[in-house]
Amino acid sequence: MNALALPLARPASVASEPARAKPVIRLEAVTKIFQPRGRTAPVTALADLTLDIAEGEIVGIIGRSGAGKSTLVRLINGLEKPTSGHVIVDGVVLSELAESDARTARRSIGMVFQHFNLLASRTAAGNIALPLEIAGVAEAEIKTRVDELLGLVGLSVERDRYPSELSGGQKQRVGIARALATKPKVLLCDEATSALDPETTGQILQLISRIRDEIGVTVVLITHEMAVVKAIADRVAVLDEGHLVETGATFEIFAHPGHESTRAFVAATAKVDMPDVLRTRLEAEPIAGGATILRILFSGPHATDPILARLSRSTGVEFNIIAAQVEFIGGRPFGNIIVSVPWSKQTIDTIQASLQGLGLSSEVLGHVA
Amino acid sequence: MSPEIVYQLIFATGQTLYMVGVSALLGTLFGLPLGAFLATSKSGEILAAPAANAVIGAVVNATRSTPFIILVVAIIPFTRLIAGTSIGTSAAIVPLTIASAPFIARIVESSIREVDPGLIEAARAMGATPMQIVRKVLIPEALSSITLGLTLAVVSLISYSAMVGAVGGGGLGDLGIRYGYQRFMPDVMLVVVVSLIALVQSVQSAGDALARKLNRRARHG
Ligand SMILES: Nc1ncnc2c1ncn2[C@@H]1O[C@H](COP(=O)(O)OP(=O)(O)OP(=O)(O)O)[C@@H](O)[C@H]1O
Ligand SMILES: [Mg+2]
Repeated sequence: MNALALPLARPASVASEPARAKPVIRLEAVTKIFQPRGRTAPVTALADLTLDIAEGEIVGIIGRSGAGKSTLVRLINGLEKPTSGHVIVDGVVLSELAESDARTARRSIGMVFQHFNLLASRTAAGNIALPLEIAGVAEAEIKTRVDELLGLVGLSVERDRYPSELSGGQKQRVGIARALATKPKVLLCDEATSALDPETTGQILQLISRIRDEIGVTVVLITHEMAVVKAIADRVAVLDEGHLVETGATFEIFAHPGHESTRAFVAATAKVDMPDVLRTRLEAEPIAGGATILRILFSGPHATDPILARLSRSTGVEFNIIAAQVEFIGGRPFGNIIVSVPWSKQTIDTIQASLQGLGLSSEVLGHVA
Repeated sequence: MSPEIVYQLIFATGQTLYMVGVSALLGTLFGLPLGAFLATSKSGEILAAPAANAVIGAVVNATRSTPFIILVVAIIPFTRLIAGTSIGTSAAIVPLTIASAPFIARIVESSIREVDPGLIEAARAMGATPMQIVRKVLIPEALSSITLGLTLAVVSLISYSAMVGAVGGGGLGDLGIRYGYQRFMPDVMLVVVVSLIALVQSVQSAGDALARKLNRRARHG
Protein backbone atom coordinates (compact mmCIF):
# COMPACT_ATOMS: atom_id res chain seq x y z
CA MET A 1 0.00 0.00 0.00
CA ASN A 2 2.89 2.31 0.58
CA ALA A 3 6.24 2.58 -1.09
CA LEU A 4 7.87 3.52 2.20
CA ALA A 5 6.73 0.44 4.07
CA LEU A 6 10.12 -1.20 4.27
CA PRO A 7 11.02 -0.74 7.91
CA LEU A 8 13.58 -3.56 7.88
CA ALA A 9 15.60 -1.57 5.40
CA ARG A 10 15.40 1.74 7.22
CA PRO A 11 18.32 2.20 9.56
CA ALA A 12 18.55 5.96 9.26
CA SER A 13 16.31 7.34 12.01
CA VAL A 14 17.68 8.81 15.20
CA ALA A 15 15.95 6.33 17.46
CA SER A 16 17.31 3.27 15.68
CA GLU A 17 20.83 4.68 15.90
CA PRO A 18 21.69 2.82 19.16
CA ALA A 19 21.30 -0.44 17.26
CA ARG A 20 24.77 0.21 15.93
CA ALA A 21 26.21 0.75 19.40
CA LYS A 22 27.57 -2.20 21.36
CA PRO A 23 24.81 -4.79 21.64
CA VAL A 24 24.02 -5.90 25.19
CA ILE A 25 21.67 -8.63 24.02
CA ARG A 26 22.39 -10.54 20.87
CA LEU A 27 20.11 -13.26 19.58
CA GLU A 28 21.72 -15.22 16.76
CA ALA A 29 19.44 -17.43 14.68
CA VAL A 30 17.61 -18.58 17.79
CA THR A 31 15.12 -21.39 17.37
CA LYS A 32 13.13 -22.94 20.19
CA ILE A 33 11.10 -26.07 19.64
CA PHE A 34 9.03 -27.59 22.42
CA GLN A 35 8.13 -31.24 22.43
CA PRO A 36 4.96 -31.36 24.49
CA ARG A 37 4.29 -34.52 26.47
CA GLY A 38 2.20 -37.15 24.79
CA ARG A 39 2.18 -37.73 21.09
CA THR A 40 1.32 -34.18 19.97
CA ALA A 41 3.43 -32.53 17.30
CA PRO A 42 6.40 -30.38 18.37
CA VAL A 43 5.68 -26.66 18.78
CA THR A 44 8.06 -24.16 17.20
CA ALA A 45 7.80 -21.30 19.68
CA LEU A 46 10.56 -19.23 18.03
CA ALA A 47 11.97 -19.68 14.55
CA ASP A 48 15.38 -18.44 13.44
CA LEU A 49 15.20 -15.20 15.36
CA THR A 50 18.07 -12.74 15.03
CA LEU A 51 18.00 -9.49 16.97
CA ASP A 52 20.54 -7.11 18.53
CA ILE A 53 19.59 -4.87 21.42
CA ALA A 54 21.96 -2.01 22.16
CA GLU A 55 23.06 -0.68 25.51
CA GLY A 56 20.61 1.81 27.02
CA GLU A 57 17.92 1.12 24.46
CA ILE A 58 14.25 0.53 25.27
CA VAL A 59 13.02 -2.13 22.89
CA GLY A 60 9.39 -3.12 22.72
CA ILE A 61 8.67 -6.69 21.68
CA ILE A 62 5.07 -7.03 20.65
CA GLY A 63 3.11 -10.06 19.61
CA ARG A 64 -0.22 -11.76 19.97
CA SER A 65 -0.90 -14.48 22.52
CA GLY A 66 1.22 -17.50 21.71
CA ALA A 67 3.60 -15.52 19.49
CA GLY A 68 6.55 -16.64 21.63
CA LYS A 69 7.10 -13.58 23.83
CA SER A 70 7.44 -15.38 27.15
CA THR A 71 9.65 -18.00 25.52
CA LEU A 72 11.91 -15.21 24.30
CA VAL A 73 12.11 -13.77 27.84
CA ARG A 74 13.04 -17.16 29.27
CA LEU A 75 15.75 -17.54 26.64
CA ILE A 76 17.18 -14.11 27.41
CA ASN A 77 17.44 -14.84 31.14
CA GLY A 78 18.74 -18.32 30.48
CA LEU A 79 15.87 -20.20 32.14
CA GLU A 80 15.38 -21.97 28.83
CA LYS A 81 18.00 -23.02 26.28
CA PRO A 82 17.52 -22.54 22.55
CA THR A 83 17.11 -25.64 20.40
CA SER A 84 19.62 -23.99 18.07
CA GLY A 85 21.32 -20.61 17.81
CA HIS A 86 22.97 -18.46 20.47
CA VAL A 87 21.79 -16.11 23.17
CA ILE A 88 24.48 -13.64 24.19
CA VAL A 89 23.90 -11.24 27.07
CA ASP A 90 26.57 -8.74 28.06
CA GLY A 91 29.18 -10.70 26.12
CA VAL A 92 28.37 -14.02 27.79
CA VAL A 93 26.97 -16.84 25.68
CA LEU A 94 24.13 -17.75 28.05
CA SER A 95 22.95 -20.62 25.94
CA GLU A 96 26.22 -22.49 26.55
CA LEU A 97 26.69 -21.93 30.28
CA ALA A 98 26.46 -24.64 32.92
CA GLU A 99 23.55 -24.13 35.32
CA SER A 100 25.69 -22.72 38.15
CA ASP A 101 27.34 -20.14 35.88
CA ALA A 102 23.97 -19.32 34.36
CA ARG A 103 22.71 -18.53 37.86
CA THR A 104 25.46 -15.98 38.36
CA ALA A 105 24.85 -14.53 34.89
CA ARG A 106 21.14 -14.11 35.69
CA ARG A 107 22.04 -11.54 38.33
CA SER A 108 22.94 -9.15 35.53
CA ILE A 109 19.41 -9.47 34.17
CA GLY A 110 16.55 -8.00 36.22
CA MET A 111 13.07 -9.27 35.66
CA VAL A 112 9.68 -7.58 36.15
CA PHE A 113 6.52 -9.68 36.05
CA GLN A 114 2.90 -9.11 35.07
CA HIS A 115 1.58 -10.32 38.41
CA PHE A 116 4.46 -8.74 40.39
CA ASN A 117 5.47 -12.08 41.98
CA LEU A 118 6.31 -10.48 45.32
CA LEU A 119 6.72 -12.54 48.48
CA ALA A 120 3.64 -11.97 50.64
CA SER A 121 5.72 -12.77 53.72
CA ARG A 122 8.20 -9.94 53.13
CA THR A 123 7.76 -6.18 53.31
CA ALA A 124 8.55 -3.91 50.38
CA ALA A 125 12.10 -3.55 51.73
CA GLY A 126 12.36 -7.31 52.35
CA ASN A 127 11.32 -8.09 48.80
CA ILE A 128 13.89 -5.71 47.36
CA ALA A 129 16.54 -7.28 49.62
CA LEU A 130 15.88 -10.82 48.35
CA PRO A 131 18.04 -10.79 45.21
CA LEU A 132 20.85 -9.22 47.25
CA GLU A 133 20.60 -11.95 49.89
CA ILE A 134 20.65 -14.52 47.12
CA ALA A 135 23.78 -12.91 45.69
CA GLY A 136 25.40 -13.05 49.13
CA VAL A 137 25.72 -9.29 49.66
CA ALA A 138 26.65 -8.20 53.21
CA GLU A 139 23.79 -7.12 55.44
CA ALA A 140 24.90 -3.52 55.96
CA GLU A 141 25.33 -3.07 52.24
CA ILE A 142 21.88 -4.55 51.58
CA LYS A 143 20.30 -1.98 53.84
CA THR A 144 21.92 0.99 52.08
CA ARG A 145 21.11 -0.38 48.67
CA VAL A 146 17.48 -1.11 49.57
CA ASP A 147 16.97 2.44 50.88
CA GLU A 148 18.52 3.81 47.71
CA LEU A 149 16.20 1.70 45.54
CA LEU A 150 13.10 2.60 47.56
CA GLY A 151 13.99 6.23 46.90
CA LEU A 152 14.50 5.58 43.20
CA VAL A 153 10.98 4.17 42.79
CA GLY A 154 9.39 6.66 45.20
CA LEU A 155 8.39 4.22 47.93
CA SER A 156 10.53 5.31 50.89
CA VAL A 157 7.43 5.82 53.03
CA GLU A 158 6.05 2.37 52.22
CA ARG A 159 9.26 0.48 53.02
CA ASP A 160 7.78 -1.59 55.86
CA ARG A 161 4.45 -2.39 54.23
CA TYR A 162 3.55 -5.86 53.07
CA PRO A 163 2.39 -6.42 49.47
CA SER A 164 -1.19 -6.90 50.69
CA GLU A 165 -1.01 -3.31 51.94
CA LEU A 166 0.14 -1.86 48.61
CA SER A 167 -1.74 -0.84 45.44
CA GLY A 168 -1.01 -2.56 42.13
CA GLY A 169 1.13 0.34 40.96
CA GLN A 170 3.08 0.35 44.23
CA LYS A 171 3.60 -3.41 43.99
CA GLN A 172 5.04 -3.01 40.52
CA ARG A 173 7.36 -0.27 41.81
CA VAL A 174 8.62 -2.77 44.36
CA GLY A 175 8.97 -5.29 41.52
CA ILE A 176 11.04 -2.82 39.51
CA ALA A 177 13.24 -1.90 42.49
CA ARG A 178 13.79 -5.59 43.19
CA ALA A 179 14.74 -6.21 39.57
CA LEU A 180 17.30 -3.39 39.73
CA ALA A 181 18.78 -4.44 43.09
CA THR A 182 21.80 -6.28 41.73
CA LYS A 183 22.55 -3.46 39.27
CA PRO A 184 21.70 -5.49 36.20
CA LYS A 185 22.64 -4.50 32.67
CA VAL A 186 19.25 -5.52 31.38
CA LEU A 187 15.71 -5.02 32.66
CA LEU A 188 13.31 -7.59 31.21
CA CYS A 189 9.65 -6.66 31.58
CA ASP A 190 7.16 -9.40 30.70
CA GLU A 191 3.75 -7.74 30.39
CA ALA A 192 4.76 -5.54 33.33
CA THR A 193 1.77 -3.23 32.98
CA SER A 194 -0.89 -5.63 31.75
CA ALA A 195 -2.45 -6.00 35.20
CA LEU A 196 -2.64 -2.24 35.80
CA ASP A 197 -5.20 0.42 34.88
CA PRO A 198 -4.27 2.86 32.08
CA GLU A 199 -3.28 5.69 34.42
CA THR A 200 -1.03 3.48 36.56
CA THR A 201 0.36 1.93 33.38
CA GLY A 202 1.41 5.40 32.26
CA GLN A 203 3.12 6.09 35.59
CA ILE A 204 5.00 2.79 35.58
CA LEU A 205 6.13 3.32 31.99
CA GLN A 206 7.35 6.82 32.83
CA LEU A 207 9.24 5.36 35.79
CA ILE A 208 10.92 2.78 33.56
CA SER A 209 11.81 5.45 31.03
CA ARG A 210 13.24 7.71 33.77
CA ILE A 211 15.29 4.85 35.21
CA ARG A 212 16.74 4.13 31.79
CA ASP A 213 17.74 7.78 31.47
CA GLU A 214 19.23 7.87 34.98
CA ILE A 215 21.14 4.62 35.12
CA GLY A 216 21.41 3.65 31.48
CA VAL A 217 19.94 0.18 31.90
CA THR A 218 18.83 -1.60 28.73
CA VAL A 219 15.09 -2.32 28.76
CA VAL A 220 13.22 -5.08 26.96
CA LEU A 221 9.46 -4.51 27.14
CA ILE A 222 7.39 -7.53 26.25
CA THR A 223 3.77 -6.66 25.57
CA HIS A 224 0.69 -7.31 23.52
CA GLU A 225 -0.36 -3.66 23.73
CA MET A 226 0.91 -1.20 21.15
CA ALA A 227 0.07 1.68 23.51
CA VAL A 228 2.85 0.50 25.86
CA VAL A 229 5.40 0.40 23.08
CA LYS A 230 4.25 3.74 21.74
CA ALA A 231 4.69 5.40 25.12
CA ILE A 232 8.39 4.69 25.72
CA ALA A 233 10.05 2.29 23.28
CA ASP A 234 12.84 3.53 21.04
CA ARG A 235 12.53 0.52 18.83
CA VAL A 236 9.93 -2.15 18.18
CA ALA A 237 10.24 -5.79 17.20
CA VAL A 238 7.08 -7.55 16.07
CA LEU A 239 6.72 -11.27 16.73
CA ASP A 240 4.19 -13.31 14.84
CA GLU A 241 3.85 -17.06 15.39
CA GLY A 242 7.48 -17.38 16.44
CA HIS A 243 8.85 -15.27 13.59
CA LEU A 244 10.35 -11.81 13.91
CA VAL A 245 8.35 -10.15 11.14
CA GLU A 246 9.38 -6.54 11.54
CA THR A 247 11.78 -4.33 13.48
CA GLY A 248 12.30 -0.62 13.34
CA ALA A 249 12.23 2.67 15.18
CA THR A 250 8.91 3.07 16.97
CA PHE A 251 7.92 6.07 14.89
CA GLU A 252 8.62 4.30 11.61
CA ILE A 253 6.65 1.26 12.68
CA PHE A 254 3.67 3.49 13.41
CA ALA A 255 4.00 5.64 10.34
CA HIS A 256 4.69 2.78 7.94
CA PRO A 257 3.71 -0.58 9.37
CA GLY A 258 4.91 -3.19 6.89
CA HIS A 259 3.56 -6.50 8.11
CA GLU A 260 -0.12 -7.34 8.36
CA SER A 261 0.29 -8.20 12.03
CA THR A 262 1.95 -4.85 12.76
CA ARG A 263 -0.83 -3.03 10.96
CA ALA A 264 -3.39 -4.75 13.15
CA PHE A 265 -1.51 -3.62 16.27
CA VAL A 266 -1.19 -0.05 15.00
CA ALA A 267 -4.87 0.08 14.05
CA ALA A 268 -5.89 -1.23 17.45
CA THR A 269 -4.06 1.59 19.20
CA ALA A 270 -5.22 4.42 16.91
CA LYS A 271 -7.48 6.61 18.97
CA VAL A 272 -8.89 8.22 15.86
CA ASP A 273 -11.78 6.37 14.35
CA MET A 274 -15.00 6.98 12.49
CA PRO A 275 -18.17 7.51 14.49
CA ASP A 276 -20.35 4.39 14.43
CA VAL A 277 -23.20 6.16 12.60
CA LEU A 278 -20.84 6.70 9.71
CA ARG A 279 -19.21 3.28 9.82
CA THR A 280 -22.53 1.49 9.45
CA ARG A 281 -23.33 3.48 6.31
CA LEU A 282 -19.98 2.78 4.69
CA GLU A 283 -20.03 1.15 1.25
CA ALA A 284 -17.16 -0.46 -0.61
CA GLU A 285 -18.14 0.97 -4.01
CA PRO A 286 -18.20 4.69 -4.89
CA ILE A 287 -21.60 6.32 -4.99
CA ALA A 288 -22.37 9.01 -7.56
CA GLY A 289 -23.17 12.28 -5.79
CA GLY A 290 -21.93 10.80 -2.50
CA ALA A 291 -18.70 11.27 -0.58
CA THR A 292 -15.50 9.34 -0.02
CA ILE A 293 -13.98 8.78 3.41
CA LEU A 294 -10.20 9.05 3.53
CA ARG A 295 -7.69 8.43 6.30
CA ILE A 296 -4.55 10.54 6.04
CA LEU A 297 -1.50 9.80 8.13
CA PHE A 298 0.74 12.77 8.75
CA SER A 299 4.29 12.02 9.66
CA GLY A 300 7.77 13.20 8.90
CA PRO A 301 8.67 16.75 8.00
CA HIS A 302 5.13 17.70 6.94
CA ALA A 303 3.33 16.51 10.02
CA THR A 304 2.78 20.01 11.33
CA ASP A 305 2.17 21.79 8.02
CA PRO A 306 -1.33 23.08 7.16
CA ILE A 307 -1.59 20.51 4.39
CA LEU A 308 -5.37 20.23 4.20
CA ALA A 309 -5.80 23.95 3.69
CA ARG A 310 -3.17 23.94 0.99
CA LEU A 311 -4.70 20.91 -0.76
CA SER A 312 -8.11 22.48 -0.61
CA ARG A 313 -6.81 25.60 -2.31
CA SER A 314 -4.85 23.80 -5.02
CA THR A 315 -7.58 21.28 -5.87
CA GLY A 316 -10.64 23.36 -5.10
CA VAL A 317 -12.05 20.47 -3.04
CA GLU A 318 -13.76 21.10 0.29
CA PHE A 319 -12.62 18.75 3.03
CA ASN A 320 -14.92 17.80 5.84
CA ILE A 321 -12.93 16.70 8.89
CA ILE A 322 -14.59 13.81 10.69
CA ALA A 323 -11.93 12.96 13.25
CA ALA A 324 -8.38 14.08 13.86
CA GLN A 325 -5.55 13.68 16.30
CA VAL A 326 -1.90 14.55 16.56
CA GLU A 327 0.23 12.61 19.02
CA PHE A 328 3.91 12.35 19.71
CA ILE A 329 5.63 9.04 19.18
CA GLY A 330 9.31 8.82 20.00
CA GLY A 331 9.21 12.60 20.34
CA ARG A 332 7.98 13.14 16.78
CA PRO A 333 4.54 14.40 15.74
CA PHE A 334 2.23 11.86 14.16
CA GLY A 335 -1.12 12.97 12.78
CA ASN A 336 -4.10 10.85 11.95
CA ILE A 337 -7.03 12.53 10.19
CA ILE A 338 -10.25 11.16 8.74
CA VAL A 339 -11.92 13.39 6.16
CA SER A 340 -14.78 13.16 3.74
CA VAL A 341 -14.61 14.66 0.24
CA PRO A 342 -17.24 14.77 -2.50
CA TRP A 343 -16.68 11.71 -4.69
CA SER A 344 -15.19 11.97 -8.14
CA LYS A 345 -12.53 9.61 -9.39
CA GLN A 346 -10.39 12.47 -10.54
CA THR A 347 -10.57 14.36 -7.23
CA ILE A 348 -9.59 11.33 -5.20
CA ASP A 349 -6.70 10.48 -7.53
CA THR A 350 -5.41 14.05 -7.43
CA ILE A 351 -5.58 14.21 -3.64
CA GLN A 352 -3.83 10.89 -3.20
CA ALA A 353 -1.12 11.80 -5.69
CA SER A 354 -0.45 15.14 -3.99
CA LEU A 355 -0.29 13.47 -0.60
CA GLN A 356 2.10 10.88 -1.88
CA GLY A 357 4.22 13.65 -3.35
CA LEU A 358 4.55 15.04 0.15
CA GLY A 359 5.48 11.63 1.54
CA LEU A 360 2.19 11.20 3.36
CA SER A 361 0.09 8.10 3.15
CA SER A 362 -3.63 8.01 2.64
CA GLU A 363 -6.17 5.25 2.53
CA VAL A 364 -9.73 5.13 1.19
CA LEU A 365 -11.84 3.76 4.01
CA GLY A 366 -15.07 3.63 2.00
CA HIS A 367 -17.88 5.61 0.49
CA VAL A 368 -21.17 7.05 1.70
CA ALA A 369 -24.26 8.28 -0.09
CA MET B 1 -10.26 -37.33 94.98
CA SER B 2 -7.35 -38.26 97.18
CA PRO B 3 -4.17 -36.17 97.15
CA GLU B 4 -2.50 -39.27 95.69
CA ILE B 5 -4.77 -39.12 92.63
CA VAL B 6 -4.25 -35.38 92.24
CA TYR B 7 -0.50 -35.98 92.29
CA GLN B 8 -0.93 -38.72 89.66
CA LEU B 9 -2.94 -36.34 87.48
CA ILE B 10 -0.30 -33.64 87.61
CA PHE B 11 2.45 -36.16 86.93
CA ALA B 12 0.55 -37.67 83.98
CA THR B 13 -0.07 -34.24 82.49
CA GLY B 14 3.66 -33.61 82.68
CA GLN B 15 4.35 -36.91 80.91
CA THR B 16 1.87 -36.10 78.13
CA LEU B 17 3.38 -32.64 77.61
CA TYR B 18 6.87 -34.15 77.56
CA MET B 19 6.02 -36.92 75.07
CA VAL B 20 3.97 -34.70 72.77
CA GLY B 21 6.40 -31.79 72.98
CA VAL B 22 9.54 -33.78 72.23
CA SER B 23 7.99 -35.93 69.52
CA ALA B 24 6.40 -32.88 67.84
CA LEU B 25 9.79 -31.20 67.86
CA LEU B 26 11.61 -34.25 66.49
CA GLY B 27 8.79 -34.97 64.04
CA THR B 28 9.10 -31.43 62.68
CA LEU B 29 12.86 -31.71 62.53
CA PHE B 30 12.52 -34.75 60.24
CA GLY B 31 9.20 -33.91 58.63
CA LEU B 32 10.03 -30.37 57.48
CA PRO B 33 12.99 -31.25 55.22
CA LEU B 34 11.23 -34.41 54.10
CA GLY B 35 8.13 -32.42 53.13
CA ALA B 36 10.23 -29.76 51.39
CA PHE B 37 11.94 -32.53 49.42
CA LEU B 38 8.66 -34.19 48.48
CA ALA B 39 7.27 -30.84 47.30
CA THR B 40 10.19 -30.02 45.02
CA SER B 41 11.55 -33.30 43.65
CA LYS B 42 9.02 -34.54 41.11
CA SER B 43 10.26 -34.42 37.54
CA GLY B 44 10.60 -30.89 36.22
CA GLU B 45 10.70 -29.37 39.71
CA ILE B 46 13.63 -27.45 41.18
CA LEU B 47 15.19 -30.42 43.02
CA ALA B 48 14.04 -32.99 40.48
CA ALA B 49 14.77 -36.54 41.68
CA PRO B 50 11.69 -38.51 40.64
CA ALA B 51 13.02 -41.90 41.76
CA ALA B 52 13.91 -40.72 45.29
CA ASN B 53 10.61 -38.87 45.43
CA ALA B 54 8.70 -42.05 44.60
CA VAL B 55 10.61 -44.17 47.14
CA ILE B 56 10.28 -41.66 49.98
CA GLY B 57 6.65 -41.07 49.07
CA ALA B 58 5.97 -44.81 49.33
CA VAL B 59 7.71 -45.09 52.72
CA VAL B 60 5.74 -42.12 54.01
CA ASN B 61 2.47 -43.64 52.82
CA ALA B 62 3.29 -47.02 54.35
CA THR B 63 4.05 -45.46 57.74
CA ARG B 64 0.93 -43.37 57.62
CA SER B 65 -1.33 -46.29 56.81
CA THR B 66 -0.03 -48.48 59.66
CA PRO B 67 -2.36 -48.19 62.68
CA PHE B 68 -0.46 -46.44 65.47
CA ILE B 69 -0.80 -49.18 68.05
CA ILE B 70 0.62 -51.74 65.57
CA LEU B 71 3.47 -49.36 64.74
CA VAL B 72 4.32 -49.07 68.44
CA VAL B 73 4.64 -52.82 68.80
CA ALA B 74 6.23 -53.47 65.42
CA ILE B 75 9.16 -51.13 66.00
CA ILE B 76 10.01 -52.27 69.54
CA PRO B 77 13.50 -53.53 68.49
CA PHE B 78 14.20 -50.18 66.84
CA THR B 79 12.94 -48.31 69.89
CA ARG B 80 15.27 -50.35 72.12
CA LEU B 81 18.16 -49.50 69.80
CA ILE B 82 17.46 -45.77 69.99
CA ALA B 83 16.21 -45.31 73.57
CA GLY B 84 18.07 -48.17 75.23
CA THR B 85 14.74 -49.54 76.42
CA SER B 86 11.39 -50.25 74.88
CA ILE B 87 9.39 -49.33 77.98
CA GLY B 88 8.64 -45.94 79.53
CA THR B 89 7.83 -42.37 78.65
CA SER B 90 11.09 -41.61 76.86
CA ALA B 91 10.87 -44.82 74.84
CA ALA B 92 7.35 -43.86 73.75
CA ILE B 93 8.78 -40.81 72.04
CA VAL B 94 10.32 -43.05 69.36
CA PRO B 95 7.06 -44.42 67.86
CA LEU B 96 5.35 -41.03 68.35
CA THR B 97 8.11 -39.35 66.34
CA ILE B 98 8.02 -42.02 63.66
CA ALA B 99 4.27 -41.63 63.34
CA SER B 100 4.32 -37.84 63.25
CA ALA B 101 7.26 -37.20 60.87
CA PRO B 102 5.54 -38.58 57.73
CA PHE B 103 2.30 -36.84 58.68
CA ILE B 104 4.16 -33.55 59.08
CA ALA B 105 6.03 -34.20 55.83
CA ARG B 106 2.76 -34.48 53.89
CA ILE B 107 1.43 -31.35 55.59
CA VAL B 108 4.57 -29.40 54.70
CA GLU B 109 4.46 -30.76 51.16
CA SER B 110 0.91 -29.64 50.55
CA SER B 111 1.57 -26.22 52.12
CA ILE B 112 4.60 -25.69 49.89
CA ARG B 113 2.69 -26.77 46.80
CA GLU B 114 0.20 -23.99 47.54
CA VAL B 115 2.92 -21.34 47.04
CA ASP B 116 2.47 -19.37 43.80
CA PRO B 117 4.76 -20.91 41.13
CA GLY B 118 5.43 -17.34 39.95
CA LEU B 119 7.56 -16.85 43.07
CA ILE B 120 9.75 -19.81 42.11
CA GLU B 121 10.09 -18.35 38.63
CA ALA B 122 11.04 -14.98 40.12
CA ALA B 123 13.63 -16.52 42.44
CA ARG B 124 15.11 -18.59 39.62
CA ALA B 125 15.34 -15.44 37.50
CA MET B 126 17.31 -13.83 40.37
CA GLY B 127 19.81 -16.65 40.14
CA ALA B 128 18.73 -18.47 43.32
CA THR B 129 19.92 -22.04 43.91
CA PRO B 130 17.25 -24.68 44.61
CA MET B 131 18.21 -24.65 48.30
CA GLN B 132 17.92 -20.84 48.43
CA ILE B 133 14.48 -21.11 46.83
CA VAL B 134 13.38 -23.61 49.50
CA ARG B 135 14.82 -21.63 52.42
CA LYS B 136 14.13 -18.06 51.36
CA VAL B 137 10.95 -18.41 49.34
CA LEU B 138 8.99 -21.63 49.76
CA ILE B 139 9.20 -22.17 53.52
CA PRO B 140 8.67 -18.51 54.52
CA GLU B 141 5.74 -18.20 52.11
CA ALA B 142 4.18 -21.46 53.33
CA LEU B 143 4.88 -20.81 57.01
CA SER B 144 1.38 -19.73 58.00
CA SER B 145 -0.14 -22.77 56.35
CA ILE B 146 2.58 -25.05 57.78
CA THR B 147 1.81 -23.70 61.26
CA LEU B 148 -1.85 -24.67 60.91
CA GLY B 149 -0.77 -28.11 59.74
CA LEU B 150 1.64 -28.53 62.64
CA THR B 151 -1.18 -27.64 65.02
CA LEU B 152 -3.15 -30.47 63.48
CA ALA B 153 -0.17 -32.78 63.94
CA VAL B 154 0.23 -31.84 67.62
CA VAL B 155 -3.46 -32.48 68.24
CA SER B 156 -3.20 -35.95 66.74
CA LEU B 157 -0.01 -36.55 68.74
CA ILE B 158 -1.99 -35.80 71.91
CA SER B 159 -4.50 -38.45 70.90
CA TYR B 160 -1.75 -40.95 69.92
CA SER B 161 -0.02 -40.35 73.24
CA ALA B 162 -3.08 -41.78 74.99
CA MET B 163 -2.24 -45.15 73.42
CA VAL B 164 1.37 -45.47 74.53
CA GLY B 165 0.23 -46.71 77.92
CA ALA B 166 0.54 -50.09 76.18
CA VAL B 167 4.31 -49.76 76.40
CA GLY B 168 4.40 -48.07 79.77
CA GLY B 169 4.52 -44.62 78.31
CA GLY B 170 2.27 -43.12 80.95
CA GLY B 171 0.51 -39.84 80.39
CA LEU B 172 -3.06 -38.66 80.75
CA GLY B 173 -4.63 -41.27 78.49
CA ASP B 174 -2.93 -44.08 80.39
CA LEU B 175 -4.16 -42.64 83.70
CA GLY B 176 -7.68 -42.50 82.36
CA ILE B 177 -7.55 -46.17 81.31
CA ARG B 178 -5.95 -47.46 84.52
CA TYR B 179 -7.95 -45.46 87.09
CA GLY B 180 -11.01 -44.31 85.25
CA TYR B 181 -11.74 -47.56 83.41
CA GLN B 182 -9.97 -50.47 85.10
CA ARG B 183 -10.49 -49.24 88.69
CA PHE B 184 -13.84 -47.73 87.78
CA MET B 185 -13.26 -44.17 89.03
CA PRO B 186 -15.52 -42.05 86.77
CA ASP B 187 -14.42 -38.81 88.43
CA VAL B 188 -10.79 -39.49 87.39
CA MET B 189 -11.95 -40.32 83.87
CA LEU B 190 -13.87 -37.05 83.76
CA VAL B 191 -10.89 -35.00 84.91
CA VAL B 192 -8.64 -36.75 82.36
CA VAL B 193 -11.05 -36.13 79.51
CA VAL B 194 -11.56 -32.49 80.51
CA SER B 195 -7.77 -31.98 80.77
CA LEU B 196 -7.26 -33.46 77.30
CA ILE B 197 -9.99 -31.26 75.85
CA ALA B 198 -8.42 -28.20 77.47
CA LEU B 199 -5.01 -29.18 76.14
CA VAL B 200 -6.29 -29.66 72.58
CA GLN B 201 -8.24 -26.41 72.78
CA SER B 202 -5.25 -24.40 73.89
CA VAL B 203 -2.95 -25.96 71.29
CA GLN B 204 -5.50 -25.20 68.57
CA SER B 205 -6.02 -21.61 69.73
CA ALA B 206 -2.30 -20.96 69.99
CA GLY B 207 -1.73 -22.47 66.54
CA ASP B 208 -4.53 -20.45 64.98
CA ALA B 209 -3.26 -17.24 66.53
CA LEU B 210 0.30 -17.85 65.37
CA ALA B 211 -0.82 -18.77 61.84
CA ARG B 212 -2.92 -15.61 61.66
CA LYS B 213 0.05 -13.52 62.72
CA LEU B 214 2.23 -15.15 60.09
CA ASN B 215 -0.31 -14.79 57.31
CA ARG B 216 0.59 -11.64 55.44
CA ARG B 217 -1.62 -12.41 52.47
CA ALA B 218 -4.72 -10.88 54.03
CA ARG B 219 -4.90 -7.30 55.19
CA HIS B 220 -5.00 -6.95 58.94
CA GLY B 221 -3.83 -4.54 61.64
N1 LIG C 1 7.08 -25.59 28.11
C1 LIG C 1 6.38 -25.64 26.96
N2 LIG C 1 6.05 -26.83 26.41
C2 LIG C 1 5.37 -26.88 25.26
N3 LIG C 1 4.98 -25.82 24.54
C3 LIG C 1 5.26 -24.60 25.03
C4 LIG C 1 5.99 -24.45 26.26
N4 LIG C 1 6.14 -23.12 26.51
C5 LIG C 1 5.54 -22.48 25.47
N5 LIG C 1 5.03 -23.36 24.58
C6 LIG C 1 4.33 -23.01 23.32
O1 LIG C 1 5.11 -22.07 22.63
C7 LIG C 1 4.29 -21.07 22.03
C8 LIG C 1 4.70 -19.69 22.51
O2 LIG C 1 4.39 -19.56 23.89
P1 LIG C 1 4.72 -18.26 24.74
O3 LIG C 1 4.32 -18.54 26.13
O4 LIG C 1 6.11 -17.85 24.49
O5 LIG C 1 3.71 -17.21 24.09
P2 LIG C 1 3.42 -15.70 24.50
O6 LIG C 1 3.72 -14.87 23.31
O7 LIG C 1 4.12 -15.35 25.76
O8 LIG C 1 1.86 -15.72 24.74
P3 LIG C 1 0.98 -14.92 25.82
O9 LIG C 1 0.80 -13.53 25.32
O10 LIG C 1 -0.31 -15.68 25.81
O11 LIG C 1 1.69 -15.00 27.13
C9 LIG C 1 2.86 -21.44 22.37
O12 LIG C 1 2.32 -22.14 21.27
C10 LIG C 1 2.99 -22.34 23.56
O13 LIG C 1 1.96 -23.26 23.60
MG1 LIG D 1 3.48 -14.82 27.81
